[in-house]
Amino acid sequence: MQLAVLGGFVVASLVPLLHRWFGAGTARVLALLPAAIAAWLLAQWPVIAAGETLWLEWAWVPGLDITLTFLIDGLAWLFAMLISMIGTLVLLYAGDYLHGHRDLPRFLVVITAFMMSMLGLVLADNLVTLFVFWELTSITSYLLIGFNHTDPAARKSAQQGLFVTVGGGLALLAGFVMLALAGDSWSLAELNTRGEQLKAHVLYLPLLICVLLGAFTKSAQFPFHFWLPNAMAAPTPVSAYLHSATMVKAGVYLLARLHPALGGTEPWVITLSLVGALTMASGAFLAIQHTNVKTLLAYSTVMALGTLTMLLGIGTEAALTAFVVFLLAHSLYKGALFMVAGILDHETGTRDVTAMGGLRHAMPCTALVAVVAALSLAGLPPLLGFIGKELMLESLLAAAAYRAVILPLAFLAAFLTLAVAAVVAIRPFFGPLRQTPSAPREASFGMLAGPALLAALSLLFGLAPRLLDSLVGATVAGIGAGSAEVHLALWHGINLPLLLSLASLGLGALVFRRWDRLRAWLARLEPLMARGPEAGYEALMSGMVDLAEWQTRFLQSGYLRNYLVITLLVLLGLVGHALLLRHTPSITFTLDIYFHEAVAAGLMVAGAVSACVMRSRLAAVAAVGVMGFSIALTFVLFSAPDLAITQLLVETLTVILLVLVLFRLPRFATLSTPAERLRDLAVAGLSGGLVTLLMLAVLSGERLPRISDYMVANSQPLGRGHNIVNVILVDFRALDTLGEMFVLALAASGVYAMLRFHAEEYAARDAGHTRRSDDG
Amino acid sequence: MVRSGTLILNVAARLLLPLQLMFSLFLLLRGHDEPGGGFIAGLVAAGGFALYLFAYGRRALGAMIKVSPRDLVGVGLLLGVASTLPAWWHGQPFFTAQWWTLPVIDFKASTPLIFDIGVYLVVLGSVLTAITALVKTDQADDER
Repeated sequence: MQLAVLGGFVVASLVPLLHRWFGAGTARVLALLPAAIAAWLLAQWPVIAAGETLWLEWAWVPGLDITLTFLIDGLAWLFAMLISMIGTLVLLYAGDYLHGHRDLPRFLVVITAFMMSMLGLVLADNLVTLFVFWELTSITSYLLIGFNHTDPAARKSAQQGLFVTVGGGLALLAGFVMLALAGDSWSLAELNTRGEQLKAHVLYLPLLICVLLGAFTKSAQFPFHFWLPNAMAAPTPVSAYLHSATMVKAGVYLLARLHPALGGTEPWVITLSLVGALTMASGAFLAIQHTNVKTLLAYSTVMALGTLTMLLGIGTEAALTAFVVFLLAHSLYKGALFMVAGILDHETGTRDVTAMGGLRHAMPCTALVAVVAALSLAGLPPLLGFIGKELMLESLLAAAAYRAVILPLAFLAAFLTLAVAAVVAIRPFFGPLRQTPSAPREASFGMLAGPALLAALSLLFGLAPRLLDSLVGATVAGIGAGSAEVHLALWHGINLPLLLSLASLGLGALVFRRWDRLRAWLARLEPLMARGPEAGYEALMSGMVDLAEWQTRFLQSGYLRNYLVITLLVLLGLVGHALLLRHTPSITFTLDIYFHEAVAAGLMVAGAVSACVMRSRLAAVAAVGVMGFSIALTFVLFSAPDLAITQLLVETLTVILLVLVLFRLPRFATLSTPAERLRDLAVAGLSGGLVTLLMLAVLSGERLPRISDYMVANSQPLGRGHNIVNVILVDFRALDTLGEMFVLALAASGVYAMLRFHAEEYAARDAGHTRRSDDG
Repeated sequence: MVRSGTLILNVAARLLLPLQLMFSLFLLLRGHDEPGGGFIAGLVAAGGFALYLFAYGRRALGAMIKVSPRDLVGVGLLLGVASTLPAWWHGQPFFTAQWWTLPVIDFKASTPLIFDIGVYLVVLGSVLTAITALVKTDQADDER
């Protein structure tokens, strides 16, 4: 499985090549990958259904307790199955939806990478691994929202989605670190057995806040919900996949996964159920104000995510059962509805539901699919959505906590959602035919297959909910860390939930009838809405830009000498503080020095002093060179040939580079004033003095075991080399060296870019072009 | 500024460059046991190319090395990363050194050596990138 996921990334990178071979059929070929994964998962089903957990162990960084181990229990299986199944359908759909699009290969690369990240996220057992995949989904989502990168609105939405989710991701990382500290393990499975220890831990509250921040931003909970409707700037297959069926559920998944470890406490129950209920109600309320079919669906997704969070907060077995059924139902119908929305957009050229009508004649199959899926969204029998909603209401009625707040909100959400479903299913397809920007035709097979299958599954599971018993049972067991017997049924008899459903049906129908008038009335609330959380986000972002501008102007003077002074002063402050106040250095010092050593030291001092007083740059460079070569000489005297050679070569190349740079500079315009010189002298003298003190303190104190002893002893047996310096560089500390290599490469790119663009500017200016400053 | 210089510089650069390159390879290969290694070797080679550049100019240097210095950096990084992977094949942690003995010439090949070659290329490429970029702007200025 790990190979499939990691291999998936490789496949993603090979898409441009595949595109050359298969052309327009690439998406279909690519769909084989998630289809194979789905088939494999299906083959594992008997094991999962038996309530067992499948472990796929894989060491990654054993030294840091980071593993790539995958854990497949009911919960992970359900998510992985949804991801790979809907992924297959979305790929098929996207192949037709973006048919002939210039950037189709790029789209396929990113969406495949996303698919694999998402699979990794739901299967990972290790916190670090989960986090890595978590961030990967944020980044791929960013690239997908901004797919139409020539559109400024899409770019802005992509950035917003990225900032919100990655900001939450940072909090999540902090939460994970605290979680691992408190639970003494990086493995989710182990943490889930240590619930008591975690809940009693002093870090419980801070870590819970951090984890919840991460989950809430990802799953678009109030007040972070605003990024999700904006993310609809993405092509519709992306909205169907990432922003309804999978990625936004990652936060909910995480909460479900951590439920045994963190759930059930008072802060957990209060936060989750209230935030969830609020999100649910505001999502449904905001949905009915919009006429863009994608925005409408996006807000109803916000509502569904809120419902899921709320159910996790309540946390009773009934609520968890409702959670699983609702999750499954939502993924099925919302995926289908988004694909239908894409078909409408694709075929009619508009997304405004008020501009469409009577399309059932032109596209009967689409209309049928839309109606079935919308029935499930509305929570009407005999669809899976109905069972989910009934279970939810039932668990809310049984829940003792905050029923007075949650129940009215749930009822509000239920009838508003019903109205939304009616709008989506009835407005475009029934009533008189309306003229749309392009003449509607029935969608192609590839585009219809996905939504049709999803809608059919909604219907099938609704009619025969027994099929789901073992799946839901295994998943609930995964969340609740126990075993659960679940029996789903369509008909629960005449009870309170059913009556509530009937009432919401009536109210929903009323809202639908008066929808246009209601919208006009709600439009008056616009000024109030403009002050919502999104305005807060905007204020935060522009404030950050202002702050950055201010501090850049304050700190970045552009003069190297100022940077040097600041850097040295900070160094002086920190190191000096630690050295003088924390350790009183005991310095034993014996002057035992040969004549030639004194000569080398004298040359060094002479070089440094003359570099400071020279009035010509070239002479100063030469003086610095003298100092460098004397240092190399010192290395030779103290038998460090490697260092000496390096110093010599670096010195030579520095002189070459400096000469090249100096040639381009004008003569010194002004020399430092005496006061500035005095200041520089003070800084330089203090730094030199500090380093000298530091060296003496290090040499005279034997506080720590010398690390070089280990290197000397192990260089040959472990590193198979006699040159200790080199063994350290390429073996013992190779990871550090690799980092240095990247730094060096980055520095070279920086130099190149800076000089090249500079030169181009000159050239362009001479040629009479005026380059716009904002595109450089 | 960088124009073909004196006759002595031209001849010296031409003669010294192969020697310096050979010496840099020598330093690179012996680095694990004797003073040397990828970093130093890269600097030596860069020095040789810099001399050539001063004598004959950027265009001549470009014509001689053919690849862009930035590509050298890229290949170097790639080698560095690639050398970390063979350990996985043996189920060992990332970056564990692997050693092979090449049969015919009895040469110790290893992932640290591949890594060192990566370092060599990155150092060489970075220095050359910087130097040629500097010379390029000089010429742009000269052409004004």
